[in-house]
Amino acid sequence: MRSGLRFCTSTSCRSRGSEGLLQHCAAVARRGEAGLSVKGVGCLGPCSEGPLMVIDTEAGSRLMALEHSALESLPTELETTFSRGALIGWQPSGSREILPEEPFLALQRRLVLAQCGRIDPESLEEAEAAGAYLQLRRVLQENDPLAIIERVRRSGLRGRGGAGYPTGLKWAAVAAMPGDSKVVVCNADEGDPGAFMDRTVMEGDPHTLLEGMVIAAFAVGAERGWIYVRGEYPLAIERLRRGIEQARQSGWLGGSVGASGFRFDLELRVGAGAYVCGEETALIHSIEGRRGVPRPRPPFPAEQGVHGFPTLINNVETFANIPALLRLGLEAYGQGTKVFSLTGHVQRSGVVEVPMGTSLRTIVETMAGGPKNGHQIKAVQTGGPSGGCVPASHLDTPVDYESLRELGTIMGSGGMVVMDDTTDMVDLAAFFMAFCREESCGKCIPCRCGTVQLEILLRKLLAGQGTGSDLSQLESLCHTVKEASLCGLGQNAPNPVLSSLRHYRGDFLALLQRDRRP
Amino acid sequence: MSPVFDALDPVLRRHGYQAEALLEVLAAAQQIYGHLSPSLLRHVAGLLRLPLSRVQGTASFYHLFRLSPPPRHQCLVCTGTACHVQGAGLLFKALQTTLKQPWCELGSVRCIGSCSGGPLLVVDGDIWTHQTSATALAGLRKLEP
Repeated sequence: MRSGLRFCTSTSCRSRGSEGLLQHCAAVARRGEAGLSVKGVGCLGPCSEGPLMVIDTEAGSRLMALEHSALESLPTELETTFSRGALIGWQPSGSREILPEEPFLALQRRLVLAQCGRIDPESLEEAEAAGAYLQLRRVLQENDPLAIIERVRRSGLRGRGGAGYPTGLKWAAVAAMPGDSKVVVCNADEGDPGAFMDRTVMEGDPHTLLEGMVIAAFAVGAERGWIYVRGEYPLAIERLRRGIEQARQSGWLGGSVGASGFRFDLELRVGAGAYVCGEETALIHSIEGRRGVPRPRPPFPAEQGVHGFPTLINNVETFANIPALLRLGLEAYGQGTKVFSLTGHVQRSGVVEVPMGTSLRTIVETMAGGPKNGHQIKAVQTGGPSGGCVPASHLDTPVDYESLRELGTIMGSGGMVVMDDTTDMVDLAAFFMAFCREESCGKCIPCRCGTVQLEILLRKLLAGQGTGSDLSQLESLCHTVKEASLCGLGQNAPNPVLSSLRHYRGDFLALLQRDRRP
Repeated sequence: MSPVFDALDPVLRRHGYQAEALLEVLAAAQQIYGHLSPSLLRHVAGLLRLPLSRVQGTASFYHLFRLSPPPRHQCLVCTGTACHVQGAGLLFKALQTTLKQPWCELGSVRCIGSCSGGPLLVVDGDIWTHQTSATALAGLRKLEP
C-alpha cells in the first residue's frame, strides 16, 4: 500500500477544519520526495471525534482522531516525520488512535459505504480501481434486464427511504409499463432532521450511487433520470455534479452506456428547502419546476410520474445497495445492511452501517458507547418527524422494518437520535409537531389545520395549563390527522405524539397534575 | 426603465428556456442578484413563458428562496432534532433577545447533517460547532468590527 494520509472532508469534519489541514499537508507532500499521497476522502465514521485522519503505511492503516491543537502542529510534524522517512508508528501530537477493534468500527458491515473514506470522491480513476462500474459492465454484457429485477426481488431489498416498499416489485411494475419513455429518479431529498446517511454516500462515493441508478435504468428500460438533491447539501451537490460529468465523459452515461447501445442520461435537480418534496408525488412536481405539492395516488409514479411517464423512484441508499448486491450474490448479501446516522446524547456519534437486525442496544450502548457520564438513556428516536421513540426498556429490539413498526415507530431513512434522562418527551413531541406544521404544504385541511391545533394543544400542556379533556382531544385529533391527510407528511405527523403517549404517558399526566396544584 | 438581468441569460439558454427548469433558474437568479425581486420574477416569467402567478407561487413556496434583499450577514441556528435535544431551542431564544444588530439576520435552518457538532450555527455558509449564546455573540461581533 502506498504511504500517505487520508483526511475526511465530509461536512462534519470540514466544519472542524479538515479542509485547511488537508491543504497544508498536501503542500508538505508536494515539497517532499514523491511517494506520499495526501488526499481528501468521504466520511470515516465517528464524526464526533473529528477531524479524522487515516495514516496509511505498509504496516496497515490507522484511524486518528485529531484535537483542535493538532490543526496547527500537524503539517510541521509531518514535514519532520516524513523527511525521516517513516510514517510507521507516527503518533502526531494532539491525536488519539481509534483502534479497528473498537466496537464502533468492528461491528459494522460496510456494503453501501464500502469505498466511502477510502477513495477520493472526486476521482473516477480511484473509484474504478476500487471496482466502480464493474457490475454495470457485467449487467450490460449479460443483457438480461428481467434477470436483474428477479435478483433484486429475491434479495428482499426494501426501500431504504422510509416506507420500506420491496424494491424488486417497484422495479417490476415500472418495467411492465408499456411505452419506451421511462424515467428513473433518485430521491436525495434527505429531509428528516438528524439523518445524514445519504449525504455521506453522495459526498463520499458518488459513483456507487450513479452505478446503481444506471443499472436500475437498464433493468426497467429508462432513458432519462434525475437526482433530486437537497439544497442544504452544497458539498454533495458539488460532488454529484462532478461525478455525473466524469461518468458522461467516460461513457457511463449518455448515448451509449459502456458502448452497449443502451442510452441513459441524468440531470441533477437541486431542491430549494421543502421537506414535503421527499414525498414522491411532491418530488415529481418539484422536478417539473412546480410547487412541491403532493397529489392523490393512484396513479402511482410507476404508472404516471415525471412528465406523465412511468417513473421509478428510489432513495440514495437503495440505489447504492445495488452494486454490492450484484457483486456479492444473494447468499453473501444476506439480509443486507442499514446505514444509520447516530446522534444525540451518546459518547460517540457518527455514521454506522450495520447488518439488518442488529439490536438497538448493540448500536446505542456498545457501538456508540452509551449515554454521557452520569446519565441514563431514556429513548431512541427513529424515523424523524414521521417516526417515534423506542423506550430504553425495549433496547433489545432488533432493527428491522417489522420490529420497529410493532413498537409504534418506523425504520425511516436511518436517523437515530439518542436521548437521555434530561429530555422532555412532551417538548420533543411539540418540536416535531412544529416541524410538520411549518413544512405542511397546505393543500389538504387535516394536515394544514390539524398540525397547528396539535401544536397548540402540546404547548398548552407544556405550559402546565392543559386539562384531561385537552389530552383526550390531542389523542383523537392525532387519529383524525393520521386518517384523513392526503400524503405521508400529514399521515405520519401525529406519530411522534402517539408514540410518546404510548411509552411516556406519565410525562403527559405529570403536566396535568401540575395544573391541580394550588 | 426596467432593470436589466443579462447575467441570467446563459442560465436560461443552458436550460433551453424550458419551464421545467424554473427551480434551477430561480436558484441561479438568487445567487447572482441576491434575492428574487418582483421585476426579476417578471423577467423570468416572460422568458420561460409562464404566468407570473406560477413563478411567484413557486418562489414563495420554497424556504431557500428569498424575496427581500439579503442582510450583510446571516446567522442560522440549526433546529434539527440532535441540535434541539442539545439546546438549540434555548440558543435560538437567547440570540433572539441579544442579537439586535441590523446587519445580521437571525434565522433557522433544518438539519444540515453535521449533528455531532450540535448545537451549531451556519454563519454566512460556514458551520460553527458547539455554540453557546456567548460564543456565538462573540464570533458574530468579529464579523463587523
